Order: sequence, then C-alpha cells, then structure tokens
Amino acid sequence: MRKTWVIMRKEWAEVFKNRFVLFTVAFLPMILTALPLIMLGGMGSADQLSSLTTADMPANFTALCEGLEAGDCGQYFLVSQFMLLFMLMPLAIPVTFASYSIVGEKTTRTLEPVLATPVTTLELLTGKALAAALPGIGVTWLGFGVFMFGVRLLSTSAALTAKLGSGMWLVAVFVDGPLMAVAAVSVAVMVSSRATDPRVAEQLSMLVILPLLALFFGQISGFILLNQQVMIWMAIGLIVIDAGLLLFATQLFQREAILTRWK
Amino acid sequence: MIQTEHLSKRFGEVSAVEDLTLRVGQGEIFGFLGPNGAGKTTTIRMLGALIKPTSGSARVGGYVLGEQDAQIRRNVGILTESPGLYDRLSAERNLAFFAELYDVEDVPGQVERYLRMLGLWERRAEPAATFSKGMRQKLAIARALLHEPQVLFLDEPTSGLDPEMARLVREFIAELKVEGRTIFLCTHNLDEADRLCDRIAVFNGRMLALDTPAALRGQLYERTVVFHLLRADPALTPLVQAFPFVSKVEVIDRKLVVSLDDPETNNPVLLRALVEAGAEIQFVGELRRTLEDVYLRLIQ
Repeated sequence: MRKTWVIMRKEWAEVFKNRFVLFTVAFLPMILTALPLIMLGGMGSADQLSSLTTADMPANFTALCEGLEAGDCGQYFLVSQFMLLFMLMPLAIPVTFASYSIVGEKTTRTLEPVLATPVTTLELLTGKALAAALPGIGVTWLGFGVFMFGVRLLSTSAALTAKLGSGMWLVAVFVDGPLMAVAAVSVAVMVSSRATDPRVAEQLSMLVILPLLALFFGQISGFILLNQQVMIWMAIGLIVIDAGLLLFATQLFQREAILTRWK
Repeated sequence: MIQTEHLSKRFGEVSAVEDLTLRVGQGEIFGFLGPNGAGKTTTIRMLGALIKPTSGSARVGGYVLGEQDAQIRRNVGILTESPGLYDRLSAERNLAFFAELYDVEDVPGQVERYLRMLGLWERRAEPAATFSKGMRQKLAIARALLHEPQVLFLDEPTSGLDPEMARLVREFIAELKVEGRTIFLCTHNLDEADRLCDRIAVFNGRMLALDTPAALRGQLYERTVVFHLLRADPALTPLVQAFPFVSKVEVIDRKLVVSLDDPETNNPVLLRALVEAGAEIQFVGELRRTLEDVYLRLIQ
C-alpha cells in the first residue's frame, strides 16, 4: 500500500495548493458548524422556548426528549435539524476533492503518465479515494468537536448538552459520516469513469447529496425519526452500499475507456 | 526489444491498428511515421500496456503483452503526446512522485540526476506551470527516464518546440541510443526521423513501408544526378539518353538532370562522355529525395 500513500501525498500536495479548493474545504464546515451554534445561542435559555409545546413538534419526536424539560426538548428539536449537516460535510467535501483528483487529472492530461506506471487500479483508486475522503472526515470531526465545545459554552441545560453529545450523534458523526464519505467518493469515481465531460462529472457527483437531503427534510417534516437505532441501521446499510459501490467503481474504472473516450 | 505479430486494435467498428508486425532491436531508434489518426498513439498505448490489443501478440523488453503488463510498465518509459505535468507542483515534486510510483531506489538522487542532465536543476523548486513549453517537454522526458527504462516510447518529442530546443531534444535522444536504449519514436517531423532513425515505418492504420530511410528512398525513387553546366547545350540530351543505364534526362536552365540506376558506377562514364562532347561542367551532385517525398508518396 506504499503507492497508495504516494498517491495520497501527491493529491494533497496538489489540491491544497489550489486556494479555491482549500477555501471550499474550510468554508463549508465553518458555516455548517456555526449554524447550529448560532441557533443554540440565539435561542438563549430554554425559558424563552417555554411557550413551545410538544404540539409544535412532530408527534414522534418527543420520544427522543426523555429526561428533557419541554423547553429543552424544543431546543433539541431545533438544533438537531442542523446537526444533520454534520453528516452532509463528509459527503460534500470529498465530492469536491474527487472532482479535482479524478476528473481534473484527465483534463490536465496527467492521468496517462500515471497509468503508464506499474501502479495498480486498486492502489490508484484507494489513494485517490482516501485522499478525497479523509480531509472531509477530519474536518467534520473537527467541526463536531468545535460544536460540542460551543454547546458547553452556550447551553444552559446539562441534560441538553448530554443529549446533543449522545450516542446517536456520535454514531452519526463518527460512523455514518465516514461511511457516507466512502459512498460519495465511490460515486464520484464511477461518474468520472464514465462521464466524458468534467463539468457533467462534477454535477452528477453532487447528486450523491440527494439521499441525505431527503433525510434532512424527512426529519423536519416528522416523516422520519432519527434515533440511535436508525443511525446504527443506517451504518449497517451504508457498509453494504459502500462495499457494492467500491466494487462497482473499481470495475467501472477501466483504464482503456478513460484513456480513449475522454477528449 | 519490441516484437509484434499481427497486432490489431479496433474501437467498435473502427479499426485503429491493423495487422502490425514488426521487430525493433536493442539500441535502435525506430521511427513510426503516419498522419494524424493513423493509430500511432494507439500503438504506443498498446505496447506500453495501457490498452489491450483486440488481436495479435507482442513482446516488449522480453515481456509478453497481456500476461506481464506490470513488468512491461515497469520497464518502459513513455513520453506522451502532451507533457501532462502537475502544474501546481514543482519540477522536483513532479519527478519525485513518478520516481516513487516506479519504485526507484534513490528517489532524490535520480531526480537530481535528470534535472541536472536536462538543465532544470536551478528551477527545480518552481511550479511546472511557470515553465516554457520546451522546459515542460524536457521535464516530461526526464519523467519517462527516471526508472532507467531500456525501451522508450516517444510520442512527438519535439512537437511545438523552437528549433534550438528541438535540436537539444534530438541530441538527447541520440545520446540515449548511445547508452543502448531502444527508442520507438513517433513524429511528424520527417527531417528529424531522417536524421535520428535507423529504420522507419510508414503507418496509416496498417503498415505501408518499413526500412532504413535510404532504402525507402531507393525503393520509391530512382537516383538522380545533376550536372551543372557553364552553358546549356541541347545536343547533350540525346548523347546522355543513348546510354542504356539512363532512364530519363531533363534540361532545366543550365542543369542536366539525369536519372540512372547506379551513380557510383555510371557517373565516370557519363562524365567522360560529356567532357569529350565539349560540355563545360561546373559541379556534379546527387539530387537527394527527402523523406518527406517518400512519406507523401506512400501516404497518398
């Protein structure tokens, strides 16, 4: 796997010299970390939400509020909508990276010399996938750490603080997030392998965000109730999906097709 | 070092390379000429184990294509048509990346060696994007050589370079031959092919001709000798035409242009006859057909 590491180092060296990419990697997590904190800080204490009753929330959401006052439950309901964004980060950032690392290689005509070396397809794809996924995962975890620190400062309720750092969200951020990143990169690789235009590849790769948006709106509307059990099932499902996507991506990454079809 | 037997490549209904059979020996510079779309790059990609042939077989550097592709990639160097450099990375970092992929033992040492050899050492820390076209091409050549391949595929190595830089690259290619490396050279520059190549294949989807540049000229054109005269004399034409070894005589201004089989043997006879007939000869020279003449005739 030494060559995988060689590819990862090259990817990072190249990508982080592009200020625009660096900006997109840093900007999105900053915004998505700040949003729930602003929400939490803006709400102030639970007293200000005392008028919020369970009737204002999706019927099944109150099941998650065990041990919380009514006001805390309201805060938790509002903040948790934005916490889903921590699952968006490891999905969106790798797509940006993958677009640069795979599609970009073809447009700059650097892929052919790489394919002419003894590097295997697995080493190449793994290197590119990890180089794309790890910054997104790292930044997400960092963002979540900052968020939790902010929660401790801004929250007036110890019970709410504990709820926001509960197992459900730890599974979401530390397990589901990375698995989503793998899925996003696999999709980007697949699209890159087949698309003939880098712009199309970038746009199609971004479609990987749609299922998460469905989850986001599903929770807001009360159609889906996200709890620890759902997060664990989601992780199991993602493992299966990732395995299938990685296998499919490796098969679709045909050196010959990439060299001869892309113009 | 390179051996192909009926190698063919089709893309769907389109035949890119058809029935290519050739042998290239060690230390040989082999010119592969053909128009755009002739299948030259496809041939290089097949022989570099980048794409699979549809049919036929080949051995490159002693390794069997399709069975020992990793060994082939490890033992050949390819200069692609476009330099394909990582623009944001320095020249040194560009080479180091490829040296590591080729499992070069002393990466810094080998990178330094080729950067110095190609005159890029002083600018090693600068991004490749800041390099001129010639410098980029030199960097790409260095990349193809880092792992000391015995077989080199060079696709248009002097394309777009100014004459001085093109000459430097040609001299470098000639040095590589001296080192015993086998060079498979695709070029549109026929003068370059004529100067550098031991043998030349003219290819347009299929092999049209394969021989040394001199033999190709001989196969297609008779040899022509030009006698520069002080004064034109129409009476000399029938005199020369009467010799059985002369196939054609033309008088152009004050020049007598004679096509014949074997100038080395026939010229003394012809000269003596012309002098005896009173011709005042200033110079005698051979009209040398260029490789371009040969190429265009074969392609058309």
